Amino acid sequence: MVGVAATFDARPDTASKFQANPATRDSSWVRYLIIGVGLTYFALFLLLPLIAVFVEAFRKGAGVYFSALVEPDALSAIRLTLLAAALSVPFNLIFGLAAAWAIAKFQFRGKNFLITLIDLPFSVSPVVAGLIYVLVFGLQGWFGPWLREHDIKIIFAVPGIILATTFVTFPFIARELIPLMQAQGRDEEEAAISLGASGFQTFWRVTIPNIKWALLYGIILCNARAMGEFGAVSVVSGHIRGETNTMPLQVEILYNEYQFAAAFAVASLLALLALVTLVLKTYVEWRAHHHNAIAEE
Amino acid sequence: MSIEVIGVNKTFGSFTALNNVSLNFPDGELVALLGPSGCGKTTLLRVIAGLEHPDSGRIVLDGIDATDKDVRQRRVGFVFQHYALFRHMTVFENIAFGLRVRPRRERPSEKEIRAKVTRLLDLVQLGWVANRFPSQLSGGQRQRIALARALAVEPRVLLLDEPFGALDAKVRKELRRWLRTLHDELHISSIFVTHDQEEALEVSDRIVLVNKGNVEQIGSPKEIYEQPATAFAYGFIGAVNEFRGRVDGGFVRVGDERLRFETGNFKDGQEVIAFSRPHDTEIVANPQSDDGVSASINRILGSGSVARVELVANGDAREGRKDFFEVEIPGTEVQSLGLSTGQHVKLRGRRLSVFPVQNTTKAAS
Amino acid sequence: MSGVNKRVLPGFGLSLGFTLVYLSLIVLIPLSAVFIKTTTMSWHEFLDAVASPRVIASYKLTFGASFLAALINAVFGLLLAWGLTRYPFPGRKIVDALIDLPFALPTAVAGIALTAIYAKNGWVGSLLEPLGIKIAFGPPGVLVALTFIGLPFVVRTVQPVLEDLETEYEEAAASLGATRWQAFQRVVFPTLFPALLTGFALAFARAVGEYGSVIFIAGNIPMVSEITPLIIITKLEQFDYKGATAVASVMLVISFLLLLVINGLQAWTARRTGRAI
Repeated sequence: MVGVAATFDARPDTASKFQANPATRDSSWVRYLIIGVGLTYFALFLLLPLIAVFVEAFRKGAGVYFSALVEPDALSAIRLTLLAAALSVPFNLIFGLAAAWAIAKFQFRGKNFLITLIDLPFSVSPVVAGLIYVLVFGLQGWFGPWLREHDIKIIFAVPGIILATTFVTFPFIARELIPLMQAQGRDEEEAAISLGASGFQTFWRVTIPNIKWALLYGIILCNARAMGEFGAVSVVSGHIRGETNTMPLQVEILYNEYQFAAAFAVASLLALLALVTLVLKTYVEWRAHHHNAIAEE
Repeated sequence: MSIEVIGVNKTFGSFTALNNVSLNFPDGELVALLGPSGCGKTTLLRVIAGLEHPDSGRIVLDGIDATDKDVRQRRVGFVFQHYALFRHMTVFENIAFGLRVRPRRERPSEKEIRAKVTRLLDLVQLGWVANRFPSQLSGGQRQRIALARALAVEPRVLLLDEPFGALDAKVRKELRRWLRTLHDELHISSIFVTHDQEEALEVSDRIVLVNKGNVEQIGSPKEIYEQPATAFAYGFIGAVNEFRGRVDGGFVRVGDERLRFETGNFKDGQEVIAFSRPHDTEIVANPQSDDGVSASINRILGSGSVARVELVANGDAREGRKDFFEVEIPGTEVQSLGLSTGQHVKLRGRRLSVFPVQNTTKAAS
Repeated sequence: MSGVNKRVLPGFGLSLGFTLVYLSLIVLIPLSAVFIKTTTMSWHEFLDAVASPRVIASYKLTFGASFLAALINAVFGLLLAWGLTRYPFPGRKIVDALIDLPFALPTAVAGIALTAIYAKNGWVGSLLEPLGIKIAFGPPGVLVALTFIGLPFVVRTVQPVLEDLETEYEEAAASLGATRWQAFQRVVFPTLFPALLTGFALAFARAVGEYGSVIFIAGNIPMVSEITPLIIITKLEQFDYKGATAVASVMLVISFLLLLVINGLQAWTARRTGRAI
């Protein structure tokens, strides 16, 4: 649900069309006013925070910056963040493909309800997302006593972090694929089958190439959220330095200890990740748009 | 390959797409499945292909029951209405697809694939587009590539779903002729679905007329056109004038007027529908004549060898609508009868075809 | 007849089965834990947890600030979407790409960055300080953070509708004698409205659950600037699992209701614009 605004969609360039047309052209003072107000708002709420991260990170010089990044706790946080993303993204990738295949290629009852359920994690507060796993796997939770007997730690340990990350990124890939595959229909798959292709061949040779950009788009967004998740992970992590801290949690700890430059140094890595995400996302949109433009020629 | 359809039923929810359909398609013919949209013809084609499974009934291909065989095993070539070309593959790769996905043992060598695809591209006269993507082709070209792709797997039968449906009028006509020629060259059993009676009449060896999940009539285009077996068939094929009334001796009584007809075993008072083709309809200039239905001339089109006269029924609108008629007469007759716009005349059928009115059957226009 | 051959494309049972199992294990069963746990509480216990003055104050702040933030975003998001689709200006592509920053930037990073800017010694905070306006470490800080994280929603729901809007409608309005403002007010705006409302609802729903970006800038003063998700965390840290779960159940129910509202709004938008979003 909440990811709806980031739905994979190539945006055409329409601005010149509107300004060339006397019926849709606005007077110049309206133009300047709207652009002026819009950009001020954009600068105050988006641009300044982004710049601030990097300025604060280098406030005490490059030396402090880099030493904050190679500190063992920071490195361990980076490792854990990469691990959580490396597991939760493939989980949700497989899920997204399975769900989209079932929903887009077949008719069955309760389909719309299923789609709503898939969107559910987007509407749950991250804090609640963390809490639910505490209720299931925590010491006082459903499986708490059993887990303790068998000496398995999930909450305040790495498995809990992976679970919470998987929950908050659950719908990302599925929701990119479902509408696209529904729009594409079954014709090409049926054609492949009628030409003798097996189900597996059909999937690899026909379905996957048709959805590759949306798939990549979903993976990019899923990964960004997986690496940046804070609330849910914060609940299940236990904040054990060097063990169960991800990068965003490391930022919090450093910040609360008034090590601002170090906190912003780690934060700058995450901001860089966000920028790379946006660049990749824009590139994929552009490629997909290019792709569609040819298809519609 | 011969195709037998035996007692096939198929419903989608409460909608009956096929109602106990039984059919025989002889070997080597080009057959048209003709009917209005939603009549079940596409469903029948997909059931034969194995893309849809019947609720009951059997599909027998070449004497072997294929009902439980899936589409891969049936060796049918299916051409989709919107072509379903793989948009990420070149034309060449599209055609080669069916060969490349074969199990390794049966897969032809790269050289053989290349030769075969080239041959097929030549067959559909599109050798020069081999390296293009489907999106770079025109509709007519896509259709021919879809056909070549289906032929690549050497199907026993070719099934085409509305093959010309998505094309503009001119390309349609060209492709129609081309498909006929191609069929005469290859002699592969083919079935195509269409809602366009002109297309069916022009291209096919045999027409299967389908309505509401039932087969209305099977026959050659000539038979279908000249001897429609049912009221639906009459109304669906070709232009037609329609009169509704009751049998009264050797007449059909339409309101206060009557039309003479010759054949048929009808009881007096039976509700009937009478059809007359425009070229079999006569205009009687005297509006007082006691045989015929009165109408007034709306327009007279064409003054050459054949003139088309459009008329509108006189008097009250029946069932809330006025009936329109169309008559084709030699241009000379317009003069000899002294016809002019607005004139009141009577109409009668030279060869009236009369059908009993069934509870639901209503001629499609 | 056997069901095996019923479907032409393979993998229905496998894909749907996997989908349902995975959905149940990761989402549905854990979520149900909240409600099951809540039912073990007495009515009195439950009310104590979810309706104590401190919790009530947090609801007021959370929902009030979320509503205001969504409203701010509706107004300025519409302006931005309009500018981005209608006016060519230098840097437009970059601005367009950066709109999604709040989706991509981890909330903790956003939180500390906003705090740095809006604190009294920050770039913006220091300008407002002499005017007696204090943003960070109080309710206005919560509003700033929630505005940040909700910013893309309205832009991204309105933008596609604006792009798909053919020039014909405004041409027709102009040919019938309407001024630009009349054309906007009577033709364009009604078309955009469902999308705008959807964007507003999405921004609101997201803001209600937000935690990471708020806690740094809010100051977290009980009864004043403490948001509901923080209440849950605090109760958890005090090992008050029941209390935390009770408050979480209230938030979950509200999330579900919002989800229903948003689904309805999206269906409305799709009907109104003929476009699925």
